[in-house]
Amino acid sequence: MSQLVEQTVPEVLRRGLTFWRRSIQARVVVSTVLLSAIVVTAVGWFLLRQVEQGLVDRRVDAVLTEVANENDQASARLNAVPGTDTNATTQANELLAPIDASGQIRGFTVVMARTAAPGTPLTDRGPEYSAQLDLASVPDSLIRHFDSSRKEAWTYTTIRYAGKRAPAPTPGIVVGSTVRIPADGSSRTLYYLFPLDDVQDTLSLVTRALLTAGILLLLLIAALTWLLTRQIVTPIRLARRVAERLAAGQLQERLRVSGEDDLARLATSFNQMATNLQRQIRQLEELSRVQRRFVSDVSHELRTPLTTVRLAGSVLHEAREGFDPQTRRSAELLQRELDRFETLLIDLLEISRFDAGAAVLDLDDVNLTDVVRRVVDNTRSLADQRSTRVVVDAPTTPCVAEADVRRVERIVRNLVTNAIDHAESKEILVTVAADDQAAAIAVRDHGVGLATGESAMVFNRFWRADPARARTSGGTGLGLAISLEDTHLHGGWLQAWGRPAEGAQFRLTLPRHAGQPLRHSPLPLVPDDAAEVVA
Amino acid sequence: MLVVDDDASLSEMLSIVLRQEGFDSYVVERGDEAMEAFHSYRPDVVLLDLMLPGKDGIDVCKEIRAESGVPIVMLTAKTDTVDVVLGLESGADDYVVKPFKPKELVARIRARVRRNEAPGAATLTVGPLSIDVAGHAVTRDGHPVSLTPLEFDLLVCLARKPWQVFTREVLLEQVWGYRHSADTRLVNVHVQRLRSKVESDPENPEIVLTVRGVGYKAGSSGQQ
Repeated sequence: MSQLVEQTVPEVLRRGLTFWRRSIQARVVVSTVLLSAIVVTAVGWFLLRQVEQGLVDRRVDAVLTEVANENDQASARLNAVPGTDTNATTQANELLAPIDASGQIRGFTVVMARTAAPGTPLTDRGPEYSAQLDLASVPDSLIRHFDSSRKEAWTYTTIRYAGKRAPAPTPGIVVGSTVRIPADGSSRTLYYLFPLDDVQDTLSLVTRALLTAGILLLLLIAALTWLLTRQIVTPIRLARRVAERLAAGQLQERLRVSGEDDLARLATSFNQMATNLQRQIRQLEELSRVQRRFVSDVSHELRTPLTTVRLAGSVLHEAREGFDPQTRRSAELLQRELDRFETLLIDLLEISRFDAGAAVLDLDDVNLTDVVRRVVDNTRSLADQRSTRVVVDAPTTPCVAEADVRRVERIVRNLVTNAIDHAESKEILVTVAADDQAAAIAVRDHGVGLATGESAMVFNRFWRADPARARTSGGTGLGLAISLEDTHLHGGWLQAWGRPAEGAQFRLTLPRHAGQPLRHSPLPLVPDDAAEVVA
Repeated sequence: MLVVDDDASLSEMLSIVLRQEGFDSYVVERGDEAMEAFHSYRPDVVLLDLMLPGKDGIDVCKEIRAESGVPIVMLTAKTDTVDVVLGLESGADDYVVKPFKPKELVARIRARVRRNEAPGAATLTVGPLSIDVAGHAVTRDGHPVSLTPLEFDLLVCLARKPWQVFTREVLLEQVWGYRHSADTRLVNVHVQRLRSKVESDPENPEIVLTVRGVGYKAGSSGQQ
């Protein structure tokens, strides 16, 4: 159970935090309520102080009037006593009794004490006092006051009671005044203790009312803020959802526009943007479709007659032995140039398909070593013609990558024939390698090489290192450009390195799994032997 | 040899080339006339263009395949995987992309008309299948299964060596007669077609098994 709690608490916390981060509404509501709470508390506290002060002041006024009244009556009673009565204690008791009686009716208590040397506690001053009252209720400061002065004084205190079933202590006011006993001319100090119960009650009532009002006010503010932010946030959320759908390709999505306010204008602008986007994308799609269609049509329209010409050319070529020398030569030229024309046409069509975005991958697990060996086998006759040799350096373990085998084979074939073309009869090394992220093929020749800056240009269409150089293997000038497009289709890299007279290296890197981003290649772009020269 | 192509020059040229190689040919220029010609001429091989007036080459291919296992070689100007696979799935045994060399075409045709007469066991067994090699008949649990000659050759090739995994390249060479590597999509499509005919559940094949990353092999029960 405790484990469950431990697991769920951070989960709840995390969700809460996510909600907090994502919801403007929650943040606005909470901050408004917090600020309002601070203001409401301050105002409430101030009001409460004011009310309390007013109530206590009025009570003190009333109490002082009452005390004066009692004192006047007591003095009147004392003066009315015949001068023959000389027992001071009796006189004092006679003085206290009516006051105490009046106090029981009016809700105050009274203490009477003798004057004594300063510092004498109240209990040693022969106090007479109302029943149940605790003498500690009279503060020492007031007692000391009457040691040096006879002037009436008052202060706040806590009235305590003694004995069984005594009421709880209450805050109160104690008023002290001195009375002279005519019998011996001595004086007594009278302490009137008035409880502030009613003031306290009123105050707690006011406090409760203020508290309730404050909470209600905060709730109202919270609800108001929530409603207000909702009015703003809801359209924003709607816009967000529509924007997300637009981004996901649902181009027909639009916001609903109602009214003419800022939000409606935002929606209008948003919709205009979406419409423009949609139109642009439609145009591009249409363009791409038209071009794809065009390429497909051109392809078909060109291929059919070319096939006929090709067949006719072959028939003539087969029969050339029976022709006169000029016609025979013509048949041979026709045949050879048809080959070139055909390769060029196929390459051109292929590149247009890339441009039209019509090329798609046909993925399968491909062992690059197999592909390389196959290509090297197929190009052996060409290599023999140019009296060069292609050597394969591959690990015994298969170098498998998810790829379109026809395209990869075409890339490798282009790289190898290109190398044979430029190798100047020196040996060509094809290296294959793979790690768990990528597989790579590097084709290294030691021929003419590439000048600085040319390594980027080799992939340009119809680019030739030396325009004056004789065309030898009949390359169309599109091979490397097509290879680069093929590589990009796989999400791979095709890079070239070269140095004049030291040869060149072309490196193809493919991700092991289609769609994975490439970070590094298992083979270096600059071959090891060349790097040593630099060092 | 039935040649179905809408381009008159190409059809005529094809007839000339084929005649040189010793094949008789009959030319039809419209897709909707192809079936009629097929019935009256009874060709050994059909050369079929994919884009035809009257009726689509794909439909013609399906109709021929519905009533006959005669080898069909498609002539296509399209190299997209979709188009090639569509053609193969409609029943074509092989395809040649325009422009082709005459030798290439003749090699394809010869590979189709040649009978696979390799010596070996007269009867092979793969799982519930029983293959009568000489009689060109396949039965599954006693019920005959109708296969085209190409599908039959493919099955026999796999069944002869059930312990061996055939790469697509090897199958292309042995069944289709390609000397150099060609399009492995041919193998994929025909294995699918073969499975749909001989397997009880083509989704979970038991007779023609895929060996991932390598190729195909016959089911484990093998020869008995």
